[in-house]
Order: sequence, then structure tokens, then C-alpha cells
Amino acid sequence: MVFEKVKKLVVEQLGVEEDDISMESSFIDDLGADSLDIVELIMALEEEFSLEIPDTEAEKITTVGDAVEYITKNS
Amino acid sequence: MKKRVVITGAGVVSSLGFGAEQFWNSIREGKNGISEVTKIDVSNLPTKVGAEIKDFDPTLYMDKKEAKRMDRFNQYAIAASKMAVDTSKLDLESIDLDRCGVIVGSGIGGMETFEDQHTVLLNKGPGRISPFFIPMMIANMASGQIAIRFGFKGFNECVVTACATGNNAIGDAFKVIQRGDADVMITGGAEACITMMGFGGFCSMGAMSKNPDPNTASRPFDKDRDGFVCGEGAGILVIEEYEHAVNRGADIIAEIVGYGCTCDAYHITAPSPEGEGGARSMQMCINDAGIKPEEIGYINAHGTSTPLNDPSEVKVVKKVFGEYAKKIAMSSTKSMTGHLLGAAGAIEAVVTAMALRDGFLPPTINVKNQDPECDIDCVPNVGRKADIKYALSNALGFGGHNATLCLKKFE
Repeated sequence: MVFEKVKKLVVEQLGVEEDDISMESSFIDDLGADSLDIVELIMALEEEFSLEIPDTEAEKITTVGDAVEYITKNS
Repeated sequence: MKKRVVITGAGVVSSLGFGAEQFWNSIREGKNGISEVTKIDVSNLPTKVGAEIKDFDPTLYMDKKEAKRMDRFNQYAIAASKMAVDTSKLDLESIDLDRCGVIVGSGIGGMETFEDQHTVLLNKGPGRISPFFIPMMIANMASGQIAIRFGFKGFNECVVTACATGNNAIGDAFKVIQRGDADVMITGGAEACITMMGFGGFCSMGAMSKNPDPNTASRPFDKDRDGFVCGEGAGILVIEEYEHAVNRGADIIAEIVGYGCTCDAYHITAPSPEGEGGARSMQMCINDAGIKPEEIGYINAHGTSTPLNDPSEVKVVKKVFGEYAKKIAMSSTKSMTGHLLGAAGAIEAVVTAMALRDGFLPPTINVKNQDPECDIDCVPNVGRKADIKYALSNALGFGGHNATLCLKKFE
């Protein structure tokens, strides 16, 4: 399931607890990420799901739900 | 008027232990910190030994996420800074953080990060280079991260002068306090270049020992020395304006009283033949301290164990001290620690401060057959008690950098 995979990556990349992550979690406001973390996370998602996320799309991904939705639609 | 500057905290990450006291105890006892290299594959390299840190756990000093965003050199710097600030017992709530600064250097910076990310570039292309590559690799990031960690908002910079880095950092920080621009400085050096490129590069230079025996590879002043032994780690001091330290009841380890800094302006890596640049650095330091050469009881040598360095350094001491050179003790603790490059001067400043505090001269170990060209009292093999008032610590770096610190027993 996409959410589970994304959750696992977020735990790894941002060093947060799995229980703190929901579809609504904002990377910056809830999970303590900064702009560099998000760039790295997007790269990790691209590798995990074998897709390219253009910068203009990446900018719109601000929550875990946004990421799951984008990946579900595009992979 | 010039302010007095004292050392009130110290931290060390080294193959001879974590924490300044544990490190100093190992040094007093003449323990060897050199072992076979395991971090990288040295099977195709002529050098087999190093002073690696085998059991460093960064998460004891920072959270996992912070550790992941830092090169190893920076992790060492943060760990040693935490130890130094803890031992200084500084109350970060009550001091003026705008007057607290940081000068922590590194000879190279995040070399491992550079190599890892270069591999990513070759395998996956430029689009996959980590956004943390630059901030993890740049040498000044230790000073930046330490400032963030402790909220030190005053004077901040990074010194990069190869193997003289530690001494230049401490010397510059000493001057910042002496002229009144800060009350407290965290200063020293950190290095982590036992990596394929770092180790391979030093091997290509022919600068490192090819002796495969970890128990005799680093042997400064010995006839059979054949190069330096590369080490990793960090040495950090908390230094403080004297009144500031006394007013808060701080324990003072030693006083810093002089700093000399010159350049050979001769060759990119070889010391000038008569060591005149080093001599001028020592002389400048003694003049800065306002003392006579005869008042100095101990010198912590740069003493790298390379064929060129050691006799050159002895020549320098003879030039500066004349007849008195026969009476002075000069040991190289690199015989035990290996050469920590940009962190060398910093851990040696810790050694020198502790030597003054405890009245104990640390030994040069592995002296089996002293080189007649290095005919100086190098405190061979066993340390000894000596009531000394002033001591020097030398550091010389590629680029012809020479830096000398003068420390005084605190009374």
C-alpha cells in the first residue's frame, strides 16, 4: 500500500515516529522538516516508486496525503 | 588593556578515549592509540594502520536526524564541544550569548560526504546529489553547528590551515577574547579523513608510515621513523576571559598567554630546510607571551614521525633556545594519538594544558633508537613529573603554515 511505503520513507528521512504520521501530516508544520528535507524526501519517493516528480508538482506536495495521492495517480 | 584568557573546559574524541580526562590519562600512561585500519579497504595501499575511532556513537551527543545531516568530522566536533561545555559548567541561561563565539577548524572538512555523493553522481546522475551534500561537506559547518547547538551568537569563523588548523583556531580565538570582542569561545579542530580519497591521497604523497605494526608505526624522533600515522577525532576547548571565569567560580585548567603564526613561503608541503618559518613562529609566540625562552619547561612538538619534520623541528628549537635547548623537554604525543591533522593542535593543546595543571610531562613512545639528528630530551617512552610554569605547543601545516601556542600553569 502506497501510504505504508511513504510512511516508512518519512520515518527514515525525517527521523519521526511512525505513530505521528497520518495522511493529514504536514511535512513542515507537523513533522519538523525543512526545505532541504523535502528535497531529499522527494528524491527518495522518486527512487522508491520509480517516477519523476517535476519541480512544479513537487512544490504542491506539502502533506503525506499529497504525496500518496500524487504517487497513486502517476505510478 | 589586554584581557587574560583561561581554559575552563575541554573535550576530546580520539582513539585514546572520549573526554579530556580519559584521553589525558591514556597519554600519561603512554598508551598506543593506533591500530589496523578497518573503515576502508587498504589492501591495495602501502599504509595499513591508523588511529581510527572504533566505537563512536553519535546519538549519545545528538539526535538521529541531526547525526544523519552531519559528516563524521562534524559529529566529532559536536561531541567534543558538548564534553567541553559540560566540563566548563557554563550556565548557558545566565551568560551573554552575544559575547560567546566559536572558531573550530578542520583541515579538510567532510571528505567522506564528498566521496559518497560523488559516487551518487557517477551512478545515478547529478539530479540525485543530496541537498545536504554542500552543508555536510563544507569545513565551516562545525563552527556553524556548534553555534546552533549552544546558541553562541558572537564571533564565529573557521580556520583551514592543514595540520596547523587546531593551533590557528585556538590562537585566533585567544586573540578575540584578549582584545575584548568576546567573553567565551568554543575553539579547536575536528577531522575525519580516513576515507579512500584521504588515505589514498596521503599514501600517494609518500607522507604516511608503511610500517604495518600498529605498535611501532608512529615513532617520532626515532631513527626508523618512516612517516606519519593518520588519525581522526576532535579536540575542543572552552576558553574564557579571566574575570568572567572567576566571577562564575569556574575551574581553570590553564592560561593561554601567547600565540605565534608565520608562513615558510617556501614549498607547498616540505618545511623550509633550516626551519626558519617555524623558528619565527615560536619566537613570535614567546614575545607575545612576554617571557624569556628559558622560562619554558615543555614543548609539545608537532613531531609527526616523518623523516623531514622531526629533525627540522629540533633544529628550530635549537635556533630559538640556543644552549637552553639541551635542558628543555619536547615530546611528541603523536607517537600515541597518530596525527589528527586539523584536530592535532587542538588535542595537543589539551595535552599541554593538562601537563601544566598536573606537573607531568607526557612521553614520546616507541623511541627505541633515537635519531642523533633529533638529539633533544623527547621524554622517551615514559612520562615524568616536572614542575613547569610555561609550555609551548607547535603545529606546522602543508602550505608552510606554522602556529605556536604558549600556555601557562594557572596559579
